[in-house]
Amino acid sequence: MTEKPNTAKPGAGEIVLRYFAWLRERTGVSEERLILPPGILTVGDLLRWQSQRGHPFDQAFAKPEAIRVAIDHTHAKAAASIVSAREIAFFPPVTGG
Amino acid sequence: MSVRVLTADFAISEEMDRLTSGNTEIGGVALFVGKVRGDVDGEALASMTLEHYPGMTEAELERIEGEAQRRFELSASLIIHRVGELKPGDNIVLVITCAPHRKHAFAAAEFLMDYLKMYAPFWKKETFANGATRWVAARDSDDEAAAAWAANSE
Repeated sequence: MTEKPNTAKPGAGEIVLRYFAWLRERTGVSEERLILPPGILTVGDLLRWQSQRGHPFDQAFAKPEAIRVAIDHTHAKAAASIVSAREIAFFPPVTGG
Repeated sequence: MSVRVLTADFAISEEMDRLTSGNTEIGGVALFVGKVRGDVDGEALASMTLEHYPGMTEAELERIEGEAQRRFELSASLIIHRVGELKPGDNIVLVITCAPHRKHAFAAAEFLMDYLKMYAPFWKKETFANGATRWVAARDSDDEAAAAWAANSE
């Protein structure tokens, strides 16, 4: 399958990725907007993509079992679909209270 | 029923008075306050910084509060959680539950804290007196407490 050039208008198809706590520190990013490559359909796909994305994401995502994900402010499991997601957040297990 | 995320401290008795005022259905009020301890495994703590996920935090706290209302006979409830830099002795979290009878007030307060610790997107970073910093790791016992509540509802 050949990748088509991105002809979408600015903003269309873009997703917001957010990072918290040590994931924010290790990636050096708190928020980014991007268009994901095709074929990333689930949370698990997205975690795999992050772990193969290169420095510093590969190291931050080296242990995906230690990372929690939320889709549009709702906790999501690895099998959850991200197809209609607008904002996806990555963070360690929560430690409030 | 309400949830708030604040940097400022909360006034416990004012919050309780506001929550219970005029509601004569209430027969018992349970109140939990979480505070910053001065040491961690013998190491002196200088401060604790709480980060959260604005938007999701409020949504999760409201979801958790709604779940408590379904499980218990509650007349009123309140969750306040602080964020930002806190010092040893500072308040972190306030949970108030009001019910016609004490058992539901006690149980709902414990439930709210167990679920908050499991689901609400807050993260604590400790700064020690020697300058070292460390993100607090989640405790398995918190997951087990939330799992026990989930098993109870089945």
